[in-house]
Amino acid sequence: MITIDGHKFRRRQSVWCYLKTEVLIVLAIALIIFAKDLLAQSGIRYIHQERSLYRNILVTEDSQRRCLRFTITSRSGQNQSCRYLDKPVELVFPYAKMTLSSLLVQSNPQRILIVGLGGGTLSDTYSQLFPEAEIVISEIDDAVVRVAQEYFGFQETEKISVDVGDARVFIKRAGLRGEKYDLVILDAFNGEYIPEHLMTVEFLEEVKRLLPDDGMVVANTFSTSRLYAAESNTYREVFGEIYNLRMSGTGNRVIIASIQSLPDTDLLESRAQAFRELLEPFGMDVTEYPRVMSKEVSWDTSERILTDQYSPANLLNN
Amino acid sequence: MNEKTITHCRFQITLVLVLAFLSGFIIMAIELLGGRILAPYFGSSIFVWGSIITVFMLSLSIGYLCGGKLSLLKPDLRLYGSFFVGAAILLLPLVFAGNEIMEAVFLRIEDPRYGSLVVSMLLFFLPTAIMGMIAPYSVRLLVISTDGSGHVAGKLYFISTLGSALGTLATSFYLVLWFEVNQILITMCMALLYAGFVAIMTGIRNMQSQTINLNDNAK
Repeated sequence: MITIDGHKFRRRQSVWCYLKTEVLIVLAIALIIFAKDLLAQSGIRYIHQERSLYRNILVTEDSQRRCLRFTITSRSGQNQSCRYLDKPVELVFPYAKMTLSSLLVQSNPQRILIVGLGGGTLSDTYSQLFPEAEIVISEIDDAVVRVAQEYFGFQETEKISVDVGDARVFIKRAGLRGEKYDLVILDAFNGEYIPEHLMTVEFLEEVKRLLPDDGMVVANTFSTSRLYAAESNTYREVFGEIYNLRMSGTGNRVIIASIQSLPDTDLLESRAQAFRELLEPFGMDVTEYPRVMSKEVSWDTSERILTDQYSPANLLNN
Repeated sequence: MNEKTITHCRFQITLVLVLAFLSGFIIMAIELLGGRILAPYFGSSIFVWGSIITVFMLSLSIGYLCGGKLSLLKPDLRLYGSFFVGAAILLLPLVFAGNEIMEAVFLRIEDPRYGSLVVSMLLFFLPTAIMGMIAPYSVRLLVISTDGSGHVAGKLYFISTLGSALGTLATSFYLVLWFEVNQILITMCMALLYAGFVAIMTGIRNMQSQTINLNDNAK
C-alpha cells in the first residue's frame, strides 16, 4: 500500500510539473475575471446585512446612493428602494414616479394606505406632498421597518403609522371596521417571491371596499410573463377600465384603477401642468406621464383571472 | 393454500402498497393546499405555516396511535377501506364550508396566530388523523412473521413517504397551475372514496373465499 501511495504521490508530482504552465495560466485568467468583478463591485459597500423571518435584507451604498436589497445575487432589478445621498428627496426608480403620477387621477389623497414599506420612499414622498395626510403602512416584516428607520430615515409620526402583519388580514379587518382610504398603494410585489393572496379578485374586492367614491388603487407590478396578462385581467374584472403604465428601462409596470371612471387624456394633461412645479423636486417631469397612462388592452385577455381558488402567480411569473 | 389464494394474496399486498402510496400523496397535497386555503383570512406569515404543520403532525400522531390500537383486532380490509371512505367524507367540510368556518373564526379571534391554529384544527384535524390510521394498519395487514415485520414496515414507510414527496411536488409545481384548489380537493376525495371501495370489496371477497375454504375443509 505504501509503495502504491508513494507511486501515486510521485505521479501527482509529475503531473504538476507537466501542467504547471497551463495551471498558472488558468489561475491567472480566473484572477483577472475575479478582479474585474471586484472592480465592478467596487465602490459598493455593504453597510448592513441580516436574515429576517422572510428574507435577506441588505443595505448597500456607493458614491451616489444608498439602496435596500432583498437578494444577494446581482441580477437587474435587485434593489427594492434607493435614495440619492446628496438629494434624498429625488426619486430614483421609474416605478415610484409612475406611482406618483397617479395624482393626476386623484389629486388630494388625505388617507393613504401603503402595502409594503421597503425603504419608506413612497411614504416619505407622500408625507412631504401632503403633510396633513394620514398614512398607514402595512408591512409583514418588522426587520424591514427597523432597517428603514435605521438606514433610510423612516420615522413613525402622529400622521404616519406602521402595522406589522400580513396585508390581507389588515385590509380585511379595516374593511370590517368600515375604514376608508382615498389612495391604496400596493407595493408588495417587487421581491423574489410574490404574495399570491394579494393578487386575487377576492383581495381586490376587499381593497375596493376601503375606497370612497373618489378612491383609487395604484399597484406596482410586473410587465412580463403570463402574469402580466393574468394580473391585468384580474384588475379589469374588479375595476373595469384601468390605466396601465409601462416605461422603457424598467421591468415594473404600474396599474391605476379607481371607483369612478378614469379621466381622459385632456384632463390629465391640464392637471399635469398644474402639478408640474410641485413634483419637480422629486426628479420627475409629470407632463411626460399622461402619454404613458394607457387604457389600451395590450395583453392576452384569455389568460385566466386570478382568484383565491386559482392563484399560481409565482409559477406564472417563470 | 391453493393457487387462487396465492394470487389473491399478491393482489392484496399490491393493493395495500398502492393505497399507502395514495394516502401519503394526499396527506401532503392537502397540507400544501392548506397554506393556500388559509392565506385569504390569516395571511401567509410564517406562523400560518407553523399552525398548519403543527396540526398535521398532531393529527398524524394521534392517527398512528389509534390505527395501531385498532390493528390489535383481527386484520380486516373492510375496516381498512372504511378509513379511506371516512377521510373522504371528513374532507368535505373543507371543500364546501371552508370559507364559512374561516370567516367565523376570523371574526372571533383577532390574533392570526391562534386564528390560523384553530382553523387548522377545525379543517384538517379529523381527516388527517384518520389518514394517519392507515399507516400502522397497513403494517398489520402485510406482516406475516415477527422476523419480517421491520422489513414490511420499512417498505411501507418507503412507499407512503415517496407518495408524500410526489404529492408535494405535483401539487406545488403543476396542480395549482392547472386547477382550482377545490377541484384538486374534490378529485382527491373521489380517489379516496374509490380506494376505500376497492379495499372494502376485496375484504368482502376475502370473507367469502374463507367461508368457501372452510366448507371445502369440512367436506
